Amino acid sequence: MTWLWNNLGLILGLTADHARLSGIPILVGFAASIPLGWFASRSRVARAILLTGFGILYTIPSLALFVVLPVILGTKILDETNVVVALTIYAIAMMLRGTIDAFGSVSGDVLESARAQGFSSVSRFWTVQFPLAGPVLLANLRVVSVSTVSLLSVAALIGSGGLGYLFTNGYQQYFLDEIVIGIVFTVLLALVFDTVLVIVGRILMPWNRPKVVRTSALRTPQRDWVGA
Amino acid sequence: MSPLDGIENFLRSLVASFLNALEFFLKAFAFIFDPTNWAGDAGIGARLLAHLGITVLSILIAIVLAVPLGLLIGHTGRGRSAVIAITGAARALPTFGVLILFVLIGINFGAGLSLTPVIAVLAVLAVPPLLAGAYSGVEAVDRETVDSARAIGMTEWQILTRVELPLALPLLIGGLRSATLQVIATATIAAYVAQGGLGRYLIEGIQLRDYTRAVVGAILVAALALIVDGVLAVVQKLVAPRGVSRGATRTTSSTGMTARRPTRSPDATRTPVTEG
Amino acid sequence: MIEFRGVSKRFGDDVAVDDFSLVIPPRQVTVLVGSSGSGKTTLLRMINRMVDPTSGVVEIDGVDVQTVAPVALRRGIGYVMQSSGLLPHRRVVDNISTVPRLTGVPREKARARALELMDVVGLDRALAQRFPIELSGGQQQRVGVARALAVDPNILLMDEPFGAVDPIVRSDLQQEVLRIQRETETTIVFVTHDIDEAFLLGDQVVILAQGGRIVQKGTPEEILAHPADDFVASFVGSDRGKRRLTVSTRTGQGDDRVLVDAGGYPVGVIEAPGGKLAIGDASPKARSISNKTD
Repeated sequence: MTWLWNNLGLILGLTADHARLSGIPILVGFAASIPLGWFASRSRVARAILLTGFGILYTIPSLALFVVLPVILGTKILDETNVVVALTIYAIAMMLRGTIDAFGSVSGDVLESARAQGFSSVSRFWTVQFPLAGPVLLANLRVVSVSTVSLLSVAALIGSGGLGYLFTNGYQQYFLDEIVIGIVFTVLLALVFDTVLVIVGRILMPWNRPKVVRTSALRTPQRDWVGA
Repeated sequence: MSPLDGIENFLRSLVASFLNALEFFLKAFAFIFDPTNWAGDAGIGARLLAHLGITVLSILIAIVLAVPLGLLIGHTGRGRSAVIAITGAARALPTFGVLILFVLIGINFGAGLSLTPVIAVLAVLAVPPLLAGAYSGVEAVDRETVDSARAIGMTEWQILTRVELPLALPLLIGGLRSATLQVIATATIAAYVAQGGLGRYLIEGIQLRDYTRAVVGAILVAALALIVDGVLAVVQKLVAPRGVSRGATRTTSSTGMTARRPTRSPDATRTPVTEG
Repeated sequence: MIEFRGVSKRFGDDVAVDDFSLVIPPRQVTVLVGSSGSGKTTLLRMINRMVDPTSGVVEIDGVDVQTVAPVALRRGIGYVMQSSGLLPHRRVVDNISTVPRLTGVPREKARARALELMDVVGLDRALAQRFPIELSGGQQQRVGVARALAVDPNILLMDEPFGAVDPIVRSDLQQEVLRIQRETETTIVFVTHDIDEAFLLGDQVVILAQGGRIVQKGTPEEILAHPADDFVASFVGSDRGKRRLTVSTRTGQGDDRVLVDAGGYPVGVIEAPGGKLAIGDASPKARSISNKTD
């Protein structure tokens, strides 16, 4: 543990970098997936193209994408942009499916009645679909957030900043403590992000109380039954 | 500098990057299609086999661990929240870090350069998606179908194997797809601490600053992932039980009653009914 | 014969059934009718041990069902539910022969029997190789009934089986049930919330209120003519004028008289050939009454 105190500055610096390099993809990914998801929920063609395209990108292992992007984008491999772009692509890919489903699942009746009341397409989106889809979007975003924080550590292999450095360095120095510290701080960062998201969710969507979904009487012969 | 010059410069650099990228890709493909690079212990063939081998082994271990447990959880409805909590927490662990950790611990215990720690990590990594696929597959089976099977006298085991499992297969295979993808990706990274697998091209390329080599690795790994995922997607379509339309699973309202499909046109005939 | 003695069922704090006693005679149709929450489905499901009572005894032919293993019990009782409960991944013929196959009947024999049963329930044999999803609601219910009959049961349990089909199909299916019961003399316990269906099908109609409380039981004629209290009167509609009929003074066809309800709507015609009223059967369902004693 002395190592921890001795190098606290370094570790905190790495954590800050990690937060920045993963935070941007999370936010941009979320922001980008909203319009993309909305288009895709309305158009079969858009849905097919987007889902297939991002599906393919998501299937490509992260290290491969980290390596190939600089070549395609024309940036240097050590440029942070590569990592941020790659993680953003993954974030969008992870969110897209859920976003499409969330917007698509807003009940047709609700939308129809909004249309009948005179809401335009855009305002329908902001006043009806987005708020109702909110909880699902938030749940997806939390998953994406955790995954992105974890994924960034892989970028250390191409020399990127962030807590992943502790893993490569710890391996080269054969130093277990350093690796454990790396894992702990990564998890802590993921927790912080998650908590922030939950709090933001509570503030923006005060009507959303966690629902306890109860099953029907038919589960098992003796199951407790909530009468219909 | 006039705006036109600015645009011209931008276009030039765009074309330059494009040509640059093209050059790397062409060299990489030349490498891949050169048969001599497939032979030998460090050739494409050997590394591909190693990559596949380690993937298959980890997945099999994970299946043995996760699928029975998942089926049980789905069938009995118990333990679900515990499992979700654990898998949620596990997702926060950085795979790369855990991999390095296990390998170092393995070396500590004298495992040397053995692949056991790597396989262990990969198997553990594959468990959550398989688990989720199994229990969500079973849960997606219409509760009324299960209830009716029980009411006509099937034993619990018969319900699980003859009703729930066949109907759960698509989601189960979906979990398999997800798990396989993660394992292939992590096996790539494992090349950092192991000597085998297609990831070696990536690692070597990065360390030697030989970007062609790195792109070779990227293409091979991406191709492997896409092909395997494609095959599994086909399998997923094939195992969908006949007679069950996609999404013809449960939709429960708050009362727990199943939303009934609307009937077709009324049959008013008295004789054997052929059309609805 | 099925007997309930002092049966109660609680789910946590919720009392679904409280001290329920009833004798269900064999070879007849007994209908349990009531609104939601009257515990009728719970009571039905106690017969094949899908639900076990918190207290009290359920006996079939003098044997306490608790002493019989559930799986064995259920394989000898036919069960039809509202959503047909067919296995969606199996063809019609395999659905019908599910339980015989479970008990070891050889496949060809089971299939042959399944085809016979399709005739019994009025299904074209051409549907045998179809999947449930390809059938209409009415057809699926018929398959459900065929499946229930496949075990040659003494007891047939039916839980609101026709609730989800449209009225014309429902009427057909109700007639099928009557016909099947006539031919096989099975004991049928039928649950519904529809009083008209209860009166059509039931030899014994049991009207239930909250908690499984029996408000009135008897033949349809008895209940209709002498409702026990206001609740029953309201439930069967005798206070709403639908059931109070008078003969219209405006003439019908020749000597025939037209019946109108309290709202003035014509509901039927009384035949009066030659000016004399025709007398109908005492039992409108004209079922054969068995001479056998219990």
